[in-house]
Amino acid sequence: MDRASQELGEQIKESLPEGMVAIAEDSGELVLRTGIDSLLRLLSFLKDDQSCRFTCLVDVTAVDWPEREQRFEVVYNLLSVTHNQRVRVTVETGEETPVPSAIPVFNAANWLEREVWDLYGIFFDKHPDLRRILTDYGFEGHPLRKDFPLTGYVEVRYDEEQKRVVYEPVQMIQEFRRFDFESPWEGILNAKNNALLPGDEKTVGLD
Amino acid sequence: MPEAKIKPLTLNFGPQHPAAHGVLRLVLEMNGEVIERADPHVGLLHRGTEKLIEYKTYLQTVPYFDRLDYVSPMNQEHAYALAVEKLLGIEVPKRAQYIRVLFSELTRIANHLLNITTFALDVGAMTPILWGFEEREKIMEFYERVCGARLHAAYLRPGGVHQDLPAGLAHDIRAFTETFPKVVDNMEGLLTENRIFRQRTVDIGIVSPEDALDWGFSGPMIRGSGLAWDLRKAQPYDCYDELGFGVPVGKNGDCFDRYLVRVEEMRQSLAIVAQCLDRMPEGQVYVPNHKVTPPRRAEMKQSMEALIHHFKLYTEGYRVPPGATYTAVEAPKGEFAVYLVSDGSNKPYKCHIRAPGFAHMAAMDFLCKGHMLADSVAILGSMDIVFGEVDR
Repeated sequence: MDRASQELGEQIKESLPEGMVAIAEDSGELVLRTGIDSLLRLLSFLKDDQSCRFTCLVDVTAVDWPEREQRFEVVYNLLSVTHNQRVRVTVETGEETPVPSAIPVFNAANWLEREVWDLYGIFFDKHPDLRRILTDYGFEGHPLRKDFPLTGYVEVRYDEEQKRVVYEPVQMIQEFRRFDFESPWEGILNAKNNALLPGDEKTVGLD
Repeated sequence: MPEAKIKPLTLNFGPQHPAAHGVLRLVLEMNGEVIERADPHVGLLHRGTEKLIEYKTYLQTVPYFDRLDYVSPMNQEHAYALAVEKLLGIEVPKRAQYIRVLFSELTRIANHLLNITTFALDVGAMTPILWGFEEREKIMEFYERVCGARLHAAYLRPGGVHQDLPAGLAHDIRAFTETFPKVVDNMEGLLTENRIFRQRTVDIGIVSPEDALDWGFSGPMIRGSGLAWDLRKAQPYDCYDELGFGVPVGKNGDCFDRYLVRVEEMRQSLAIVAQCLDRMPEGQVYVPNHKVTPPRRAEMKQSMEALIHHFKLYTEGYRVPPGATYTAVEAPKGEFAVYLVSDGSNKPYKCHIRAPGFAHMAAMDFLCKGHMLADSVAILGSMDIVFGEVDR
């Protein structure tokens, strides 16, 4: 992380109540972790504070970590044109917990949050228009969740007799093939002592 | 006589309308001929790119980026390649950087040619598209010569570019930079002073700089509003900091200014192309680390190790250290970015694509409100929408 981002991170942390944000670094980029309750306060601070001026919300997305207690991580990417800086704000949330909508702070949040709702099923509180956006009319499920199969559940075709497009359960003529290329080839060199190498799990119970 | 009350009319625009630039379904609530509310329905071209990428290795992912914004494929590969390289912690050789920038700028010209000419067609000018597409075809030929495909290049890959420029290509691109300015001048002669074109675009769809930022605009949409914001200048990647070029800005933020910005950007891109050709150093076009880039064919005939590397690279692929990055480039349409999350395996854990057109499309209601129906076509044309990237 370069010095300007580091200083900015320290400054943001000092200006806000203690424990509200945690500063982290990821690939040299400034990341601010916060809780659902303080999200809107942090976003409006980042937008209005003279040393921040993150007036442009460029992106909202989420990452699904099914094994974690709080399954989703919602990611906001902000841009300051004034100071030529970028910052990433992340909050963790579960399947049931709604995240406050950022529309009062940024107009751009509207469609971005609709997309996250559509693809991940994360509910945004007080969003005026939380409809699906990318998937089909009447689509069920949230396709970017890790437990949603790549092939989906329904497929469509044009039915000559009914003269319309019909929805049917997916039928795979051939099973979806997921090749296991994870080999211990590089692993031997890199694995720390006695770490389980890819493929080792297949030998359990063989001897 | 009592005043007649006009019943609000709901109008469906698209998804099969030629001015909808693809598969946009725009539901308009009209008061007479004035738009009261515009509700764009997008997603008709949704292919689940982000989901598919999670099941592909890092190298197999590259071609998906050609199919997002299918009129500027290489800029998007550029963003993805930079993101992967950032996570891998590698820097590509200078020659590769120059080739990447050279082709990114040629792509920008091709993209703006398409946008300006179809925009002109939407508001009633037929000739520019006939002139512009002839030049676009030449750029497509450069594409074909460098990577074998006119559209789906898969040429800029993590670690460099796939192959060096073939013999004679640099010479022909140079010849193109000499003849092309005349075409831009001719095309501008048809449009810039054209009375009908001006009547259809001046003072239509005005965006203030504050609104542009608030809606997350980028590229010509924000520069048309007078903000000199260009990622190639502000946050330079590859060799952009070594090249001299100007950033054109508009004054009023209307459709006409956005058109002017694009015309000038073509000239600036052409200057960058010429500079790239002048300064391009000799050397390798890919990182010589064969854990990331394949060994050359000739090497594989001699060396067992090279053969193994080739096999492992095209089956298992390479592993990327855990981490996340948001890497953006200045694509012709605006800020195109990749939010890439790696869990240390050979496939991306998550790859989110930030498409500039998505943010622009989201502001359609804001831009169209109070305008006439015919103006919505001009606004849409000036936004430079391609549904491949909006719907992903």
